[in-house]
Amino acid sequence: MPVFSLDVNGARRTADAQADTPLLWVLRDALGLTGTKYGCGIGQCGACTVLLDGAAVRSCAVTVKDAVGHRIVTIEGLSPDAGHPVQRAWVAEEVPQCGYCQSGQILAAAALLARTPLPTDKQVDDALAGVLCVCGSYNRIRSAVRRAAEAMGKGVRP
Amino acid sequence: MTAVVRMSRRDFLRISGGTAAALALGVHLPGAARAAPGANALTPNAWLSIDEAGTVTVWVARSEMGQGVLTSMPMLVAEQLDADWSKVKVVQAVANPKYGRMSTGGSTSVRRSWEPLQKAGAAARQMLVAAAAQRWGVAPETCSTSSGTVVDSRGRVLSYGELAAAAAKHEVPAEPRLKPPADFRILGKPVARLDVPEKVDGRAIFGIDVRLPGMLFATVARCPVRGGRVKAVREEAALKVPGVRQVFEVPSGVAVVADSTWAAIRGREALKLTFDPGSNAGLDSAAISAILADPKAKLEVARQDGDFEAAFAASERKLEAVYEFPFLAHVTPEPMNTTARVGPGGAEIWSPTQSPTGAQDDVAKALGLPAERVLVHTTLLGGGFGRRAMSDVPVEAAHVARAAGAPVQLVWTREDDMVHDFFRPVSRNVLAAGLDAQGGLAAWRHTVRAPSVAAQLFGKAQGRPDVVEGAVGFPYRAGAVRVDAFTPPVGVTIGWWRSVYSSQNACAEECFLDEVALRAGKDPFAFRRDLLGGSPRLRGALELAAARAGWGRPLPAGRGRGIACHASFGSYVAEVAEVSVEGGEIRVHRVVVAVDCGRIVNPNTIEAQMESAVAYGLGPALRAAITIRDGAAMQRNFDEYEPLRIHEMPAVEVHRVPSDEPPGGIGEPGVPPVAPAVLNAVAAASGVRVRTLPAGRQGAGKKA
Repeated sequence: MPVFSLDVNGARRTADAQADTPLLWVLRDALGLTGTKYGCGIGQCGACTVLLDGAAVRSCAVTVKDAVGHRIVTIEGLSPDAGHPVQRAWVAEEVPQCGYCQSGQILAAAALLARTPLPTDKQVDDALAGVLCVCGSYNRIRSAVRRAAEAMGKGVRP
Repeated sequence: MTAVVRMSRRDFLRISGGTAAALALGVHLPGAARAAPGANALTPNAWLSIDEAGTVTVWVARSEMGQGVLTSMPMLVAEQLDADWSKVKVVQAVANPKYGRMSTGGSTSVRRSWEPLQKAGAAARQMLVAAAAQRWGVAPETCSTSSGTVVDSRGRVLSYGELAAAAAKHEVPAEPRLKPPADFRILGKPVARLDVPEKVDGRAIFGIDVRLPGMLFATVARCPVRGGRVKAVREEAALKVPGVRQVFEVPSGVAVVADSTWAAIRGREALKLTFDPGSNAGLDSAAISAILADPKAKLEVARQDGDFEAAFAASERKLEAVYEFPFLAHVTPEPMNTTARVGPGGAEIWSPTQSPTGAQDDVAKALGLPAERVLVHTTLLGGGFGRRAMSDVPVEAAHVARAAGAPVQLVWTREDDMVHDFFRPVSRNVLAAGLDAQGGLAAWRHTVRAPSVAAQLFGKAQGRPDVVEGAVGFPYRAGAVRVDAFTPPVGVTIGWWRSVYSSQNACAEECFLDEVALRAGKDPFAFRRDLLGGSPRLRGALELAAARAGWGRPLPAGRGRGIACHASFGSYVAEVAEVSVEGGEIRVHRVVVAVDCGRIVNPNTIEAQMESAVAYGLGPALRAAITIRDGAAMQRNFDEYEPLRIHEMPAVEVHRVPSDEPPGGIGEPGVPPVAPAVLNAVAAASGVRVRTLPAGRQGAGKKA
């Protein structure tokens, strides 16, 4: 089986996989990074969201071959100690219920704030509309994104 | 630091009489903490243990699916123990009858744990006091407890850790004294959820995240029609998919076992399957509607107050309406899965299950083992909503693991999850009401035509049909009330969906009641309030919701307000929705919730569960539905069955009616009023009365 060399959370990782394997399954099954979740496999739910060169992408829709040469960040690598302002805001607002979708929500929010430090409500909704939360934590997500934006505006950097 | 710890090997050793080694099951999760009490620990019962360091371990027998039991259950223990909350550690209990029937459903966790878990903590506290009193040579009555210490009248202090070993020698009180609610320091106060930190950095282990040494991954192909089966399979192409190891039949279908989930999915796609769909092959939604509408149906009477027929005939004005509800899927965020390891003498299961002892019994039966030889670990659940009360997935995983001869994680794809759900039953609700000359409610009839979950699961049920739940308790004063039911089987697998039959029946009842109020020329809130004298708690919630929502105050042009209330699972909830309808599109702007759920454990959780109920109820109210063609569900993934998204989430305000009543449920009762409040608001905003759900499917295009 082909071997792929990936840049995951700042480290070089190799994985044996078929070239068309979605990055999602390489992360979860080959590299043991189970924080990235499987939800639908067709790019509809966003549970598998990771950062690819800083942009939020659906890892079920990116093949391992196409991920080579890009910086991949998963929830495990967003910060060394859960100290990213988005993660801290998520705790402060007590966002998660079942929690299954929250890796995707947090990474989508982190990507948004990295390029749009003070997003409007509509920009928040637009950036997160692709990540389903069946438990309905959406209003807390909105509050947490605002809280994180404020913290980052005051110089609390990831 | 308070922490959530999972997996206990020692528990298994205890239940299996110390013979676990003979089971050849020497594996447990890497990093799993040992949670068993040491020799010097105080372990007065199954629920808690206090070690020499003063750490309080609490075993939680309920499944955490987002509703907060990993926090609320230890709060009950800690309150009566007078524990130092920062020293409380939580362990998910493995399935064991010593915890009673471990089932998380019916919004029962707090209700059924309220007394036993407080007593468990109180028993330990009483033993610690006895040990301290003995050491000091004073009467126990002169001692008090506070935050993990015993203090006597002279100010001497001993910590629970220092006392644990001595306390263990005292008798466990059978009926420990409970401190009165007025003295509560933890219960009723906002406490941060213990499972939040691990859910923001990828550490949380859901069922699908379980990893065992040598573990393989599996998918199973099943016939999508209830009662159907796989007739023939050609596996050559599947076996050529890189990573696929084995293909074999199991009772539920054909399993593909592979080195990775992806290989198992690809292998399954490569199977050449022929199904025998059985007797339900020709079934579709129209045929099911016709079954429910059968004009010759024999109705079972569930409630009869007075003579409905006579009261209706004598009514000044008469209304009749039919409300129709589709099948719904649960759509747990985490697709169904279970990891199993089966040895010659026993089985070990890791499952995101709402029913650990049910899974234990059903897996044992499937494998021909005694139940005590099946160890069931409950992982975190990525949503439950009633779907995970069923043991079909753990049983299937056990079959696959046994045949594979290796630990296997069975993963259902989202398509499997949606097509093979135990759907919320379809229903046809036929209502009739009569008004007297003064606009009073003279007669009320609610006929529920729906398949019975109890009958499908357990055979012909005795007593009142389950389908009238949420209808039979009609709380409004009326001259005569009749509630009856028709429960034909419909050839589609059905189950319990968050709030069960209240999800349809409350919607039909509360929407039709709005129609009746408007026909009587009355305000829908005032009409309800005036008829709720017999249910003061429901009326209290209704009045609070109306007041906080500003009922009666003018709204911007194009907006409408709707109100609905319902009592279920021991709690009383009223909701007011504000919507606008533009070009047939319904937009929900705000939902005000008022809840009376009796005494409470954690107000944070109550607020979160009400927010959750609004989101969970809105998707089906607006657009989600499962339809049937050729005997199978037509919707297979989120592109065809779409839960609510963030830009559609209304502002939600939650208000609580203070109450000293016994605790009510909280996971489900917020759901039933959502759809009727919204649909009543749609009628107010647009004049369109939606009677067939979901609302969006008919574009809200018909005038009432």
